[in-house]
Amino acid sequence: MKLVDHFATGLDAPICLTWELTYACNLACLHCLSSSGRRDPRELSTEECKAVIDELQRMQVFYVNIGGGEPTVRSDFWELVDYATAHQVGVKFSTNGVRIDQAAAERLAASDYVDVQISLDGATAEVNDAVRGDGSHEMAVRALGHLQDAGFRDAKISVVCTRQNIGQLDLFKELADRFGATLRLTRLRPSGRGADVWDDLHPLPHQQRELYDWLVAHGDNVLTGDSFFHLSAFGSALPGLNLCGAGRVVCLIDPVGDVYACPFAIHDEFLAGNLRDAGFQAVWQGSELFAELRKPQTGGACSSCQHYDSCQGGCMAAKFFTGLPLDGPDPECVQGYGETALASVGGREVPRPTGDHSHKGGVRGGPVMLTLSTRRPDRQPERACEENPLAGLTV
Amino acid sequence: MLTLHPKVSVRPEPFGALLYHFGTRRLSFLKDRRLLDVVRRLDGTVSLDEALADIPPGELASFRSALGTLEQTGMLHHPATPPAPQGPRT
Repeated sequence: MKLVDHFATGLDAPICLTWELTYACNLACLHCLSSSGRRDPRELSTEECKAVIDELQRMQVFYVNIGGGEPTVRSDFWELVDYATAHQVGVKFSTNGVRIDQAAAERLAASDYVDVQISLDGATAEVNDAVRGDGSHEMAVRALGHLQDAGFRDAKISVVCTRQNIGQLDLFKELADRFGATLRLTRLRPSGRGADVWDDLHPLPHQQRELYDWLVAHGDNVLTGDSFFHLSAFGSALPGLNLCGAGRVVCLIDPVGDVYACPFAIHDEFLAGNLRDAGFQAVWQGSELFAELRKPQTGGACSSCQHYDSCQGGCMAAKFFTGLPLDGPDPECVQGYGETALASVGGREVPRPTGDHSHKGGVRGGPVMLTLSTRRPDRQPERACEENPLAGLTV
Repeated sequence: MLTLHPKVSVRPEPFGALLYHFGTRRLSFLKDRRLLDVVRRLDGTVSLDEALADIPPGELASFRSALGTLEQTGMLHHPATPPAPQGPRT
């Protein structure tokens, strides 16, 4: 059995997992994959979070990718980071930088077991703030400066690649180099509020090629979270697993303890269980959904394609939230099969993400895409009974 | 004396083991349970040859090569040597 086959059939414990600590966020990014904004009153308490960490330690989960929402706005954030690292669970956390002041940066620089990812979706304020909100570029750059001044080595700049920023890849690299940071590029998914803006933000076909060539040229010096394996159908495989790890080697714990197959699949269809019932391990090892995902997958409509071995049919979440069958092509299939498939979806209703914690009425200085439509004109209302003329609009 | 780096965590798996280095944030795979046994014997009190005593002569070269890779990536080290350069990560 090849190593990759072991991963495909699932491990006894995830290698790492994403843990969103809160739905609360100071920003209101247009493409937020978890539709975050307001805290959920049912969020796990400090003691419950510590019990999760104890369990992850027993299962030898090497590290957790902590996100949200904006995780640092939880009042017990640093307490939980310290608890995790004291229990041999490494922490990588994603932040917009709001709480990374000089003191926080010095604290982070003192630990080997904590890694920081600063989110930035434009190398310039103009491009970034249009998606993440006024002042968010400045906030992120200020945080990077504090980390550098404190001697924190190798922070990550985490970029969601969009139509608007693909042309800035070299600028992003320069920015990362300036702060002694590493660039991390990930794929935009039509998840959460991302579903509303995906049509306007996802890279165009020629930009996908540009991105692929750029990734090949930069190799191991740029991180991708293995998120671009659908691009491998362009030619040689990109570095990394090139396998959808959902429910096999990764998963998501959301702020209320729900366990999903992956961070981009917050929908009842991909809900494996809640760790409040019998703990995380019971969900990871006993979930029927995960057992299903660990069975050999067939390529479906893709199985006759010569590129299937390299792209594996692409991203499950991207297919699901664009209304495509899971055993068919990715909506951004680089061979063009996704566009044909999307055309056949037509006006059919696509699944909506489960749960929405968006700020009601937005936040001050929040992004407003007045120049772009936020819905496909050919889409049906999200619910048959929805009569509000503003339904589905994010502005 | 070659030994496991103190910042490396070892998780046994059916195919061998996963190694994670908290310093370099690098993941490695041991694709043979016997290699895991060898790594575990390298506790600072035995030499490389002693740790490899149970490995058939015909397989020694591949085991030494695997251990060499682990040393290059900092998973194994000679205590008091400088940290290894960072390798590919995700």
